[in-house]
Amino acid sequence: MDIILDNLPGLLIAIPLLGAFLTPIFSRAGDNLRNAWVLVITALSSLCGLLVAFRVLDAGTIVYAFGVDAISHVIPPDSGGVPIRIIFTIDPVNSFMIIIAAITGFCITLYSISSMEKLSGKDGFFTLLLLLIAGVYGMIATGDLFNFFVFLEISSLAGAALVAYRIDKGVAAEAGLKYAALSTLGGMLFLVGVGLLYAQYNSLNMAVIADRMQLTGLDIIAFVFFFSALAMKCGAVPMHFWTPDSYTMAPSAVTAFLVVSSQASLYALFRVCFTLYGGQLNPLTVGWVIIILGVLSMFIGVTMAIPQRDVKRLMAYHAVSQTGYMLLGVGVGLAALSNSCLSQGVGMMALKGGLFHIMNHALYKGLLFLTAGVIMYRCGTRNLNRLGGLGHNMKWTMIFFMIGALAIAGIPPFNGFASKLLIYESTFLFNPLLAVIAMVVSILTLASFVKVFHSMFMGPKLPEYQDVREAPKPMLIAMGILAILVVLFGIFPQQVVDFLVAPAASALVDYHGYISAVLGGA
Amino acid sequence: MIESFTLTTGFGAWNALFWVIAFAIALIIGWIIWSRGEKTYDTGKESTAPFLSGNAEPDKEEVHIRAGNLYWGYTDALSGYYRFIRPFHTGNLSDYFLAYLLVTAIVLVLVVILK
Repeated sequence: MDIILDNLPGLLIAIPLLGAFLTPIFSRAGDNLRNAWVLVITALSSLCGLLVAFRVLDAGTIVYAFGVDAISHVIPPDSGGVPIRIIFTIDPVNSFMIIIAAITGFCITLYSISSMEKLSGKDGFFTLLLLLIAGVYGMIATGDLFNFFVFLEISSLAGAALVAYRIDKGVAAEAGLKYAALSTLGGMLFLVGVGLLYAQYNSLNMAVIADRMQLTGLDIIAFVFFFSALAMKCGAVPMHFWTPDSYTMAPSAVTAFLVVSSQASLYALFRVCFTLYGGQLNPLTVGWVIIILGVLSMFIGVTMAIPQRDVKRLMAYHAVSQTGYMLLGVGVGLAALSNSCLSQGVGMMALKGGLFHIMNHALYKGLLFLTAGVIMYRCGTRNLNRLGGLGHNMKWTMIFFMIGALAIAGIPPFNGFASKLLIYESTFLFNPLLAVIAMVVSILTLASFVKVFHSMFMGPKLPEYQDVREAPKPMLIAMGILAILVVLFGIFPQQVVDFLVAPAASALVDYHGYISAVLGGA
Repeated sequence: MIESFTLTTGFGAWNALFWVIAFAIALIIGWIIWSRGEKTYDTGKESTAPFLSGNAEPDKEEVHIRAGNLYWGYTDALSGYYRFIRPFHTGNLSDYFLAYLLVTAIVLVLVVILK
């Protein structure tokens, strides 16, 4: 038992990778066995993720090195203090993200088993889905820049293939191609940035580089490459164009996890700003750049969402808009670090709000994409102009949609309100105009989802949907889990903030703690 | 007990329990008003049919307001904004690359100048 617990960070990646490569073999034995295999693998990797996360929250940062039986072997005496081997560094920020991936990963797999039932090519689909999950876990858990690039590529390639999986008259293939091409450009620039740092500091480990960072001209170029690549991957305006294309065409369960994949990039962006370059770059400058991207994302995302008639495209633009809130919260947190009067109160609260919104967004946006998937599954269309009256026959889906829609609009007592409240209050004290924009965007979000709710669920039963049925049970259970969490996180927000968000926020600003956990702990 | 529902923001507090109680009270008031309504009201008769200037009521399916007809006033009022913002969303991959490289360049300039 101890050996399993000690190797949980490794298992976090090994289980979904093993599961992915064996899925085609299990497919040969029939759909039921393959489905059971995929579900068990996802449940095990989610369990590993939750166990790792709670261990970290209980006992502190875990530094895990692959291929050695003792962490003391990570820095050999003759290496000049440079850690060798692949290292996973899991502190409360990573734990926070792992919990998001673990919950969402399990729910979307459970949902997919039912939603993909009538379709062909499921062995390839589930192989790619498990690779995507493994890639996201790797991005979140690694403490090594090159390793991060590898996992970024795994998740990008698996994500692009999944977007294009249902060719859909070539539209999905085009969306997948766009996602792959942009991800490749971003990945290449990220790799150039890694090379620039490696050439100077002789290491790929984030803690070592952060410890030795001199902020040379090459370091600044590397920072810009990291920043733009990760901001593009998280869908920040004006690099968001791929988001509506890809999110619309991907199967809905995949879209729900692509949101988590984008958030893993967002985590990496924050890790680069706070840890890798912590204390070196001017936090006011970088903070304001993030704030500007956040405000643009919030406003352009929501205003582009309102006129959409494709429900998934509309939700995709809202995903861009909600990413803006996270960028705003964390950007204010970073900018406030430059001001000693603001850093502890306003800065930390904004940071907590931004991080809390990441978790909330993964839950309610995942839920909303899954409800959109149910509509597609039962009605065969995403076009809001052709839908209506579905609330008569699809009561559970309607309730789940309402919960997700109220949460994304920041209506109490759902979880979106709690994180937005933290962002509004702290941002107002930092710059009132930013808070006003954030509130206006919330009102527009509510208006947009009122339109979707009316278009899909209200009105009389339409003749073409007279006999439409409720979603199958696995899909309902997956949506139910997310809906329950949306409600619970809204009713008990302080517990979530105290137990998950505050440790993550503290760990994010404490870059000395991150460095000493790796270098001092070895 | 009440504290467990309270979110402290550092500058104020928010209690989900009070909101839920207020919501429940509003629902109960609504139910009381509804339950005191006219009990003899017959929903199946002509008294419930809408009056459309003497015209026959169309089928329910035909009067469902579709998504394309909602918020016409909003989009019309902001038509200038949409005329500006929509052309950026070309769907052309070359434009996506251009936006990405443009942001990279702007961030580089900002970080170098204001480092």
